Amino acid sequence: MSDADASGGSASGPPANGPQAPESATAALVEAARESDLGLVVGTLLVIYAAATLLTFSDGLNSVVGLLETLTFLGLVYALTALALNLQWGYTGLFNIGVAGFMAVGVYTMGMVVRSPDPAFGPPGLGLPLPVGIVAGMGMAALLGAVAALPALRLKADYLAIVTLGLSEIIRLSLQSSTFDNFLRDTIGAGTGGGRGMGMPDNPVRDLFLVDGQAGTPTALGDLVFGVFGNDGLGISHPILIGWGYIAVLAAFLVAFYLILERLGRSPFGRTMKAIREDELVANSLGKDVNLVKIKVFVIGCALMGLAGILWFGSQGNVSPTPQFRPLLTFYVFIAVIIGGSGSNTGSVLGGIVFAAALFEGPRRVGGVVRGLIDAETPPSFADALVSLDPVTFLAYATDNIAPLQFVFLGIVLVFIIHRRPEGILGDRIETAAAVDLSERPNGGESDE
Amino acid sequence: MSSDAPDRSDAADGDAAADPGDATDPGDLGAAEAVAATDGAEDEPEANDSAVEEAAKHVPSGSPSGTPPLRVEGLVKRFGGVTAVDGASFEVESGSLTGLIGPNGAGKSTTFNCITGVHEPTAGKVYFEGEDVTGLKPYQIARKGMVRTFQIARELGEMTVLENLMLAPQGQLGESAIRAVTPGLRGAVVEEETELRERAWETLEFFEIDHLAHEHAGNLSGGQRKLLEMARALMTDPEMVLLDEPLAGVNPTLEEKLLDRIHDLRADGYTFLLVEHDMDIIMENCERVIVMHQGSVLAEGTGDEIRNDERVIEAYLGEDL
Repeated sequence: MSDADASGGSASGPPANGPQAPESATAALVEAARESDLGLVVGTLLVIYAAATLLTFSDGLNSVVGLLETLTFLGLVYALTALALNLQWGYTGLFNIGVAGFMAVGVYTMGMVVRSPDPAFGPPGLGLPLPVGIVAGMGMAALLGAVAALPALRLKADYLAIVTLGLSEIIRLSLQSSTFDNFLRDTIGAGTGGGRGMGMPDNPVRDLFLVDGQAGTPTALGDLVFGVFGNDGLGISHPILIGWGYIAVLAAFLVAFYLILERLGRSPFGRTMKAIREDELVANSLGKDVNLVKIKVFVIGCALMGLAGILWFGSQGNVSPTPQFRPLLTFYVFIAVIIGGSGSNTGSVLGGIVFAAALFEGPRRVGGVVRGLIDAETPPSFADALVSLDPVTFLAYATDNIAPLQFVFLGIVLVFIIHRRPEGILGDRIETAAAVDLSERPNGGESDE
Repeated sequence: MSSDAPDRSDAADGDAAADPGDATDPGDLGAAEAVAATDGAEDEPEANDSAVEEAAKHVPSGSPSGTPPLRVEGLVKRFGGVTAVDGASFEVESGSLTGLIGPNGAGKSTTFNCITGVHEPTAGKVYFEGEDVTGLKPYQIARKGMVRTFQIARELGEMTVLENLMLAPQGQLGESAIRAVTPGLRGAVVEEETELRERAWETLEFFEIDHLAHEHAGNLSGGQRKLLEMARALMTDPEMVLLDEPLAGVNPTLEEKLLDRIHDLRADGYTFLLVEHDMDIIMENCERVIVMHQGSVLAEGTGDEIRNDERVIEAYLGEDL
C-alpha cells in the first residue's frame, strides 16, 4: 500500500479515492463510510454503542452488553417496520397510519395458529408449526392490507389516513374484545385472549442455546457460548446472550427486507410507484394501472408489517392489544421514517436505529443515570420544583419524570426536522428507480453532464 | 451521430443552465429549413434524416387503411347544469397534424379529457382505430396507443428527466413486482432496462434536452418541461399523440424547435391532434383545422377554408384572422 503514510496506520478502512484527498485518516474513514450505505449504518451503530458504553461502563460489562442488546433490538425492529412503511408512504405516497394494526394482525394470527390447542393457560390455538404461523400471519396482514387498499383507490391522502387509522383501532379493539375472542374460539377453535392477551410460542432461537428452552440445560452451542461469554467466562447473563442470538436473526431479516425493497424500488415497478406519488393522473395517462399498483403496494407493505410485528412482539413472551398496539406505535414508526428521509431504504434503516437509540430508549437511560448522580430529593410536583429555584432540584424532578418529557423532546425534534431538514438526516439523496445505472450513458464517454 | 457528437456536447457545456433553445447547431437549422420546404407537400418523407432522427424513427403498426385513427361522434359532457361539450363530432386522419381551436370555454380541453378517459362522456362515442374506447380508463386508452400531454406541464418533479422518460414505455417486464425481485427473473428486466435507457437517451437527444438527463424534472424551466412531456409521451410508442397547448408559455425559439419536432415526427408516421390558442400557429402548421365553439364543432377544413369561414370569424369576433 503506497499511501500508508497518509492513512496513518488505520488500514482497516478502504483507501479513499474520493475526488479530493481527505486531510486525515479519520476524515478518510468518514468519507469511505459515507459512500457506502452499509458503512453508514455500521458507523451509526458504533457511535451509539460508544455512547451507551460511556453511559453504563461503571456498572460492569453485563449491563453494558445488556444495554447494547436492548438498543440493537429496538433499532432493528424499528428499522424493519420503517422499511415496510417506507414502501407505502415514502415510495408510493400512500398515507397508511394503521401500521400498529397490521403488526397486531400479523403477530396475533401467528400466535393463534401456533399455540397449542390445549394450553395450560390462555386461549387455545391450532397447534401448527411456527413457519406455518409466520406465513399465516403475513398472509392475514396482506389480506387486510388489500381490504384497506380498496378505499385507498378512491381516497386522497388525508382521508386514506383517517380510514387506516380507524382500521387499526378497529383491529385493536376487536382483539381486546372478549366477545370476539369467544366467537373465534367457537368457530375456528383458536382465541385471542381478549384484553389479557396471549403468550407467544417459544422462540426457536432460545432452543438453539437451551434444550427445550429450559434454563440450566444448555445445548452444545449453548455450552460453547455460555462458556466463553457467560457465567463461566466473561460473566454476561445468559438471557442477554440469547438476546444477541435473536439479534443475529433480526439482522438477517433486515438484510432480506432491505434487498427485496431495494430491488423493488430499482425497477420499473419502483418507477411506477414513484410516479403515483408524484402525480397519479400522469401515471394513469402513461398507461400504468394505478389502482392495481396501489393494491400491490398495500399488500406487500402490510405483509412486511405483519412479519415485522411477528419478529418484534412475537419474541416478547406475551402480547396484549392495548399497551402494545396503540396508534402511538404507528407514529413512532413514522418518526423513524421521517428522520431517515422518506423514500430512502437506507434512510429508513438508519432512521429506525437512530430513533430507537437517541429518541426512544436513550433519554430514559440518560435520565436514569443523571438522576443517580444527583443527590437531592425529588419534589412532589412541578410547581414545587419550580418554586425551589434550585437547578439541581429542578433537574432531579425532570430526570425522575423523563417519560412524559420525552414526548416534548420528540415533538421538538420532529418540528425541527420537518422545518429544517425535511429530506431527513441523509440529506437529499437520489434513489434511482431503474434496474440499471442511469448515470452511465451508452455509446460514448459522455457520462458526465 | 459520431461526427455530430463533439458539437453537441460543447454547446451543452457552454450554456448548461441556459435555455436549450440557444444551443442549436448548424445541423438542426438545416433540418428546420428542410421541414419548412416540405411543409406544403404532405406525404413526402424527408430525405436528409439525421442519425438522431433515424434513431427516433417510428414505424406505426398501421391502422387498417381508410379507418381514421380517431373518430368522435356526438360527444356530450355535462358538469351539473353546465354543458361543456355539446354534441361534438369530428375525425382525425391518419398521419395528419390536425389542429383543434376555439375561443375560451369552447370545450376543447373537456373534449380532450373525454377522449383520453380522464372524464367519462355523458353521451356520444369515441373510436380509436375503429374500436370503441368510450369510457375506458386513461391507462387503457394509453395502452391502445393514444397518449396525451397536459396543458400545464405535469412533470414528475422528484424523478430525474431520464426516469421520467423510462417510466413511459408500455408493458415493461419489471412492472411486475415478482419479476423485479426474484433473482432468476430479474436478468430479463435488467436487459430490457438497458435497452430502454438507450432509447431514452436517443429521445432526449432528439429533443435536445440530453444535458438535463440527471436533473430532477422539478428543476426544469417551463419550456423544458413541455419538451420533456412530449418526449415522455413518445416513449410510450404511441400511434397518436394528443397535445394540449404544447406551446403555451414557451419562448419563440423553443416554440420553433417544438414545432420542428412535431413536423419531423409527423413525417415519421405519427398522428397528432393539437389544441392551441394561437390561431396563427394552427393556420401555419396544421393541414386540417377543427374549430369548436360552445361545445360543438363549428367548422372543419384546411387553414384557408377556416380563415374565410363567416361563422368562424363571427365566433372569433374582434380577432384578426
